[in-house]
Amino acid sequence: MSSPNGSVPASNRRLETFTYDDQIVKWFVIATVIWGAVALLLGVTVAFQLADWRVNLGLPWTTFGRLRPLHTNAAIFAFCGNAIFAGIYYSHQRLLKARLFNDVLSRVHFWGWQFIIILAAITLPLGMTTGKEYAELEWPIDILITLIWVVFAVNFFGTIVRRRERHIYVAIWFYIATIITVAVLHIVNSVELPVTLTKSYSLYSGVQDALVQWWYGHNAVAFFLTTPFLGLMYYFVPKAANRPVYSYRLSIIHFWSLVFIYIWAGPHHLLYTTLPEWAQTLGMVFSVALWMPSWGGMINGLMTLRGVWDKVRTEPGLRFMATSLTFYGMSTFEGPLLSIKSVNSIAHFTDWIPGHVHSGTIGWNYMLIAGILFYLVPKLWNTELYSKRLANIQFWLATIGLLFYVISMLVAGITQSLMWRAMDDAGRLIYPNFIETVIKIVPMYWVRAIGGTLVLISFILMIINLYRTAKKGKSGPEAVYEAYALDDYSLEAGAAAHRKLEGWPMIFAVLSLIAILVGSAIEIVPSLMSDNYITKISAIKPYSPLELYGRDVYIREGCYLCHSQTVRAIPHEVIRYGKASEAAEFVYDHPFQWGSKRTGPDLARVGKKYPHMWHYKHFYDPREVTAGSIMPNYKWLFDKKIDYSTLPKKMAVMKQLGVPYTDEEVVTSVVNAKAQAVEIAGELAQSGVPQKIVEMEVVALISYMQRLGVDYTSMPEEEAPIAEAEVK
Amino acid sequence: MEIMNVLLPLALLLGGFFIFAFIWSARKGQYDDLETPRFRMLLDDKKILKSNPIEKKEEK
Repeated sequence: MSSPNGSVPASNRRLETFTYDDQIVKWFVIATVIWGAVALLLGVTVAFQLADWRVNLGLPWTTFGRLRPLHTNAAIFAFCGNAIFAGIYYSHQRLLKARLFNDVLSRVHFWGWQFIIILAAITLPLGMTTGKEYAELEWPIDILITLIWVVFAVNFFGTIVRRRERHIYVAIWFYIATIITVAVLHIVNSVELPVTLTKSYSLYSGVQDALVQWWYGHNAVAFFLTTPFLGLMYYFVPKAANRPVYSYRLSIIHFWSLVFIYIWAGPHHLLYTTLPEWAQTLGMVFSVALWMPSWGGMINGLMTLRGVWDKVRTEPGLRFMATSLTFYGMSTFEGPLLSIKSVNSIAHFTDWIPGHVHSGTIGWNYMLIAGILFYLVPKLWNTELYSKRLANIQFWLATIGLLFYVISMLVAGITQSLMWRAMDDAGRLIYPNFIETVIKIVPMYWVRAIGGTLVLISFILMIINLYRTAKKGKSGPEAVYEAYALDDYSLEAGAAAHRKLEGWPMIFAVLSLIAILVGSAIEIVPSLMSDNYITKISAIKPYSPLELYGRDVYIREGCYLCHSQTVRAIPHEVIRYGKASEAAEFVYDHPFQWGSKRTGPDLARVGKKYPHMWHYKHFYDPREVTAGSIMPNYKWLFDKKIDYSTLPKKMAVMKQLGVPYTDEEVVTSVVNAKAQAVEIAGELAQSGVPQKIVEMEVVALISYMQRLGVDYTSMPEEEAPIAEAEVK
Repeated sequence: MEIMNVLLPLALLLGGFFIFAFIWSARKGQYDDLETPRFRMLLDDKKILKSNPIEKKEEK
């Protein structure tokens, strides 16, 4: 079996002619640059919104909380997604010497994916969201994503079956890991119970939901932004440099170690929370271990360029690839560092994290995509790159813009974190007002927004360059290639048919793995309904109907993107916010709302901290009560009436999920909610608020705000577990 | 933390799938030759015709 083409002698194998489907690659290339520009434009928009709140424009669908999910989804799934498909479909065919399995599937894949993106672009600004980061899309779109992913998988594995090259090159292994793992992650994290077509609740609650979400969230980075790109790197860097990979052995070793280690690293997003300590430690240890395979890939990529460093200077494509590998090395060094608990206690919830993320997404993903496109577009359109000079300007703009971004966020993150924890000798916070720590870093937000703008300009230059390249090129009819078939056709007439049949088990294997996962997901539903691990506290009660409605408003407006809802057991947090959070507090939270960033203060203990009127003013214009606040106005909540019609259904779904509402509570939910609204409006009326406010959504949101943490902080001492011990 | 009962087996299932894939590929001789693949992928395919005279796809 040592012959690369298998044991069948060449004389017995038939010479076959075949073509490549490059049309589909072109389509995906065009989609990549279009959505890339959209994603970056959205990124720049939200960056300016943080620097100056007026950029939110006062409209619901242009406000940060709704645009930020659109930015992340567009960057990851639209921009990087289309780039992955373009790169995979180009390299997969050539590495296997076979046309893609089925032209129709390729086209269904393309249009299906673009349709999903358009649905996302419509639903997210309208506030239709599950409230789970990077998985915000609602359940009908989730199902569509699964279907299109299966189409992609069948097309991909079908091509492997029909290959004319025995050896499966390492890049393809990276693609396989991507396809299998993304399917599993997406399905498990998206198990939700629908309320309406555009609203659902996560099956999991509280700490369990947090674990599933970050298991997904981290692995989305791993298997959507890392493994497919490493695969692309292993094809396009050697091709562009015309040098073999530095060490093929190393590529194999680092692939297998990467896929085994990555899946365990998720809990590093939940350090110091109520997640069981052993799970936190597990996540941290595996994250640190990830450093090795990550750097294996980085070193292998960079060393491939040895001997052609002069070309890195003159060839824009290679220069982008070399820089992307450098940023990959830096961000995969920073990642394990941030996973260490003591470092994480400083960095978590600060701007250091977006800085880290963007050194990966701009430095690694965008730069590598640019390098790949500078190789692909001239090849696909049979021409030379339009302008190297333009590409060089693009390179410097992107690099300088990214450095502005990363450095400003590092400074902002560490500055703010040190201010949060600064205490005097008496143990009092030096900056007790959160807003002081925000005002301090606003200049850094400006630097970041300018850096992001430079990156956007660089991208537009690339589009011009690629467009001009394609325009002067020509795409003639498909070229015909020839290669030997894998099988021995001299044996018998039916061999070809047999070969086709033989391929089906592989497709079935993949489909059955997905089926098993869906099946087991459905099976585990009952076991998730009760939770013995978390000690229940009887004082923790489910939300009232109005609070539940308010919570949905909170999710819809994306409040969780700037406010956390979990107090870590760290002294300065307990002093600033109140008792450290307990797992039992979140058992009715479908989905959890811990957040991952504190652009504003934590809200886990905000209930009853301020009068209703404070919140009323604050939602109308935060600057009325907090000078210097960068939070947007939420004036539409004062005109938008509460929609009571879905409330009983929402309660019923929650009941199904295990929240102990009685049937009576479900039936009387609307009456209850209205009564609570009258109560709040009555108190507001004393401060001169017109009575019509009773019908408006802001009242529901206030009711939710006032409930947060109240059950826990107001319960009798003997029932309270010892959370204060951490302070001493 | 019942979710652990799901996530741990799932992680093991995925790990198991990859172990299976690794053993399968090693048995099939995928790693017998770790030297030539990196050179062979650099070779461009043999183009026999600039364009396809018959518009029909040749895929068998």
